[in-house]
Amino acid sequence: MLSDKDRIFTNLYGLHDWRLAGARARGDWDGTAALLARGRDALIDEVKASGLRGRGGAGFPTGMKWSFMPKQSDGRPHYLVVNADESEPGTCKDRDILRHDPHKLIEGCLIAGVAMGAHVAYIYVRGEFYNEAARLQAAVDEAYDAGLIGRNACGSGWEFDVYVHRGAGAYICGEETALLESLEGKKGMPRLKPPFPAAVGLYGCPTTVNNVESIAVVPTILRRGAAWFSELGRPKNAGTKIFCISGHVNKPCNVEEELGIPLRELIERYAGGVRGGWDNLLAVIPGGSSVPVLPREICDTVLMDFDSLREVRSGLGTAAVIVMDKSTDIIKAIARLSQFYKHESCGQCTPCREGTGWLMRVMYRLVEGRAEPEEIDVLEQVTRQIEGHTICALGDAAAWPVQGLIRHFRPVIEERIAQAKTRPMPLAAE
Amino acid sequence: MAKVTVDGVEVEVPNGASVLQACELAGREIPRFCYHERLSVAGNCRMCLVEIEKNPKPVASCAFPVADGMVVKTDSPMVRQSRRGVMEFLLINHPLDCPICDQGGECDLQDQSMAYGMDHSRYHENKRAVKDKDLGPLVKTVMTRCIQCTRCIRFAQEIAGVPELGATARGENMEIGTYVEKALSSELSGNLIDICPVGALTSKPYAFVARPWELTKTDSIDVLDAVGTNIRIDARGSEVLRILPRLNEDVNEEWLADKARFSLDGLKRRRLDRPWLRRDGKLVAVSWQEAFAAIAQRLQGLSGARIGAIAGDLADAESMVALKDLMTGLGSPNLDCRQRGEKLEATRRDFYCFNTTIAGIEETDALLLVGTNPRHEAPVLNARIRKRVLAGSLPIAAIGAAADLTYGAEWIGDGPAALRALLAGTHGFSSVLSAAKRPMVILGQGAVARADGAAVLAAAWEIAARFGMLGADWHGFNMLHSAAARVGALDLGFLPGPQGKDVAAMLGGGVDLLWLLGADEIDTDAIGAGTFVVYQGHHGDAGAARADVILPGAAYTEKSATYVNTEGRAQRTAAALHPPGEAREDWKILRAFSDVIGRRLPYDDLDAVRQRLGEAHPVFTRTDTVPRLACTDMTGPAGDSGGLSDAPFVPFLADYYRTDPISRTSPTMAECARTFGPALMQAAE
Repeated sequence: MLSDKDRIFTNLYGLHDWRLAGARARGDWDGTAALLARGRDALIDEVKASGLRGRGGAGFPTGMKWSFMPKQSDGRPHYLVVNADESEPGTCKDRDILRHDPHKLIEGCLIAGVAMGAHVAYIYVRGEFYNEAARLQAAVDEAYDAGLIGRNACGSGWEFDVYVHRGAGAYICGEETALLESLEGKKGMPRLKPPFPAAVGLYGCPTTVNNVESIAVVPTILRRGAAWFSELGRPKNAGTKIFCISGHVNKPCNVEEELGIPLRELIERYAGGVRGGWDNLLAVIPGGSSVPVLPREICDTVLMDFDSLREVRSGLGTAAVIVMDKSTDIIKAIARLSQFYKHESCGQCTPCREGTGWLMRVMYRLVEGRAEPEEIDVLEQVTRQIEGHTICALGDAAAWPVQGLIRHFRPVIEERIAQAKTRPMPLAAE
Repeated sequence: MAKVTVDGVEVEVPNGASVLQACELAGREIPRFCYHERLSVAGNCRMCLVEIEKNPKPVASCAFPVADGMVVKTDSPMVRQSRRGVMEFLLINHPLDCPICDQGGECDLQDQSMAYGMDHSRYHENKRAVKDKDLGPLVKTVMTRCIQCTRCIRFAQEIAGVPELGATARGENMEIGTYVEKALSSELSGNLIDICPVGALTSKPYAFVARPWELTKTDSIDVLDAVGTNIRIDARGSEVLRILPRLNEDVNEEWLADKARFSLDGLKRRRLDRPWLRRDGKLVAVSWQEAFAAIAQRLQGLSGARIGAIAGDLADAESMVALKDLMTGLGSPNLDCRQRGEKLEATRRDFYCFNTTIAGIEETDALLLVGTNPRHEAPVLNARIRKRVLAGSLPIAAIGAAADLTYGAEWIGDGPAALRALLAGTHGFSSVLSAAKRPMVILGQGAVARADGAAVLAAAWEIAARFGMLGADWHGFNMLHSAAARVGALDLGFLPGPQGKDVAAMLGGGVDLLWLLGADEIDTDAIGAGTFVVYQGHHGDAGAARADVILPGAAYTEKSATYVNTEGRAQRTAAALHPPGEAREDWKILRAFSDVIGRRLPYDDLDAVRQRLGEAHPVFTRTDTVPRLACTDMTGPAGDSGGLSDAPFVPFLADYYRTDPISRTSPTMAECARTFGPALMQAAE
């Protein structure tokens, strides 16, 4: 269990002052100039050594991502883009960072900017986060006024500007290249890769897109050292992570914990346990709506980190733990997710555009059992036809929840179909 | 270069090429819907997925760059499975109304579904339906058939230069449209029909007319502008049903202008299908013999100086050489082809040709447009300029009436004053031209069809000479014609001989017998009341209305004839069908008439006429090619650039959709003029 001294987000619950004074009291902006003075390579090496993996869902090592930026500028500016378009159902961690600890993010932006040679950072905030964007902007203004960013950031001589941009409320704009398109004023549709943003990103310039949490933890990692961070958690899954626990628990909450904490411990210690006790648990979606659901047997023992969850064919995702007790209609729950992905598909590429609607329609028939048992296999095949065949990962994200459902709850679906067949056929003509 | 192995075949492809290109090089056809060689890569249809070794997922080959040592499989189980999946997705919301779809038989989706489609549907839900859009009188939409490949969006944006198409909404609800419903304001809109891989965008005039396998296909050349676009004429029985572009990288790539594509319904209307003779002020139908006799009678006693001939915009070289020979035989030096008084000079070929060549436009680095709107005068050539613009950094200055050319141009003046400023070096663009390595000037007919045309021509040449456009490996002086017949006529010397009269002199009572070879752009009211007019042509237009004798000729779809395009490229049309009624090929009419008056022309078949053409000018012996001209002689045309007036250049074409007898007769073009005309007027206000 994470001890209080090792917490990074010490104002996660907004109990203290979010403004600059409060942030400084919590240790933010302390000796930033000295951190910057370490130089670009040292910063990247330190982040690499910490083992920090991206907190936005894919878990790509952050330091390595930064190192992809060109070492020498070819005349094009470098950009840092912070992805605060937090829209994954079940996820609400970035929101709390934005509104309760905005200075951690801004300081992180400055450090990351220096590490990748960027003088400009854009923070793309989800459109619905109106108040959060306003508070973030207030914090940015404070930082400018205090000389922490701007022409001579923290007295380091580094010029650094931070712009807060509000999206218009599309889930797909959380995909890094769609975000860049949207930021450029175009329709938010993912770009083809390669080229990757580190080569051709925002306005055609080298760009790194990072999640809010990945950037916000960087100042603390540098202050306390990579060794401190990497000792937390499990090998290759280092550090702490904010978990968002929602659903059928007694006390839904956000909590910062070490990676690798057992799922059961996480739920019982912080969220007050499953409604009606652990035995009443039906299933858990461990990492936001995109990852496959886990049945109770797996939840008993699984550890909450990237690799452990991958071993059970799910994923850590954004670490948004959605808990469902036995009162849940699991088919309906997944059908609702299918509806979400159908609604949020950008429509650019065929498998996702056409497939998400197909999934949703079959899923809602399955909710009522209006289907033939063979259709479960068809549904599974349709998810395989979407998965891995699309430009971005939204297709995968739409496919996985359904795959998880079929993998673990096939008997439930079959039973539902069988039940429906026993119902008398309504006589429509009468 | 990168070595890539495709299905065991090793090929070398340039770095930066896509996997799809490598596969094609290896002889592997990759199915695709969204990918098009001439458009940017979208990578959204996912049909071109291939397997690349060491890659866990299939990749979209159209968008994936090659790497050295890459091993590609285009027919592995994974690839087939993926393509089948994509095909199934495409079909679940596609209406499968092939029996009533105009794309049927030439539909990419239909073809590919034969290879990758299932024999039954697993989709039991309701299909999507999308409301049709009204894109104007040319392009019909059935949007339910759309597979959202976005080729049309990219074509409109990139090639046509009218960013009016786009996708609205997202996911399943994504629709292609014009945001606000409006007709697509492009002269290249018909190409949308060709690039649409399904039946979502089809031809409105051709709707439900025919199936592709019923059509006889004839390769030919378009003559409704001077580009010489290569076309394919699809006919059934005695009707031309549609016209499609043919690939010719040097001329039109694969595009075709709307007028050329859609004027064909004009070929069936107001046709001259029998000889007519004016008796007591009224035209009456007569036989060929009577018509010829009437002309022969009128010719009796006329001296050569009182006989004249004018060749029109659609005249072919064969008939022009026959008419010229006939006139020479009659002792007449009165020949002209410059219907609107264009001050063209034919003493040297590079004074009246598009010397840079159309493909050469891609090499230029500075462009000056003088008195021309290429968007209307040669839409396909304009697309080439736009292509060059998109390739980057092409400064363009234009002199004349400001217009939207689909690319940015700096309008540096509306009249010859701007030419003077450039020559004097007082305008900023002078230094741009000076700095350019391969600058070019394009002179439109609007710049020379005026009183000081010769001075404008001379001034433009001076600019070319002064700014290094005339070199041993680069000829940057270009005349852009808008009539398909013109360069051929100039090559043949269809111009006033010694003491010969030009068009203006012939019209104003200068001749007693005037032979109009499809000449309809002249001011027929100016023809002297006593002048006996012979009109030889295929449409009842202005010339025929004034004629005393009408000789029915063949339209370009009905004869094998030679036309020289604005570059000086001789190309041949082919007869897709027979001329209507008693109409005949034009050179045969002249040959027959020459016999009647006892001055038989010395050729009896087409080969002999062409031999005669070759004697007249060697260009007619080397068809389909055009040598890149180098300028060896800097001496300019005879005009004096000091004679420039201050009158502004006026657009040469008043209405793009109605410029010649065929398009003026076409109901489709009339509809276009109605649709696009008033809007243009409003914009100008």
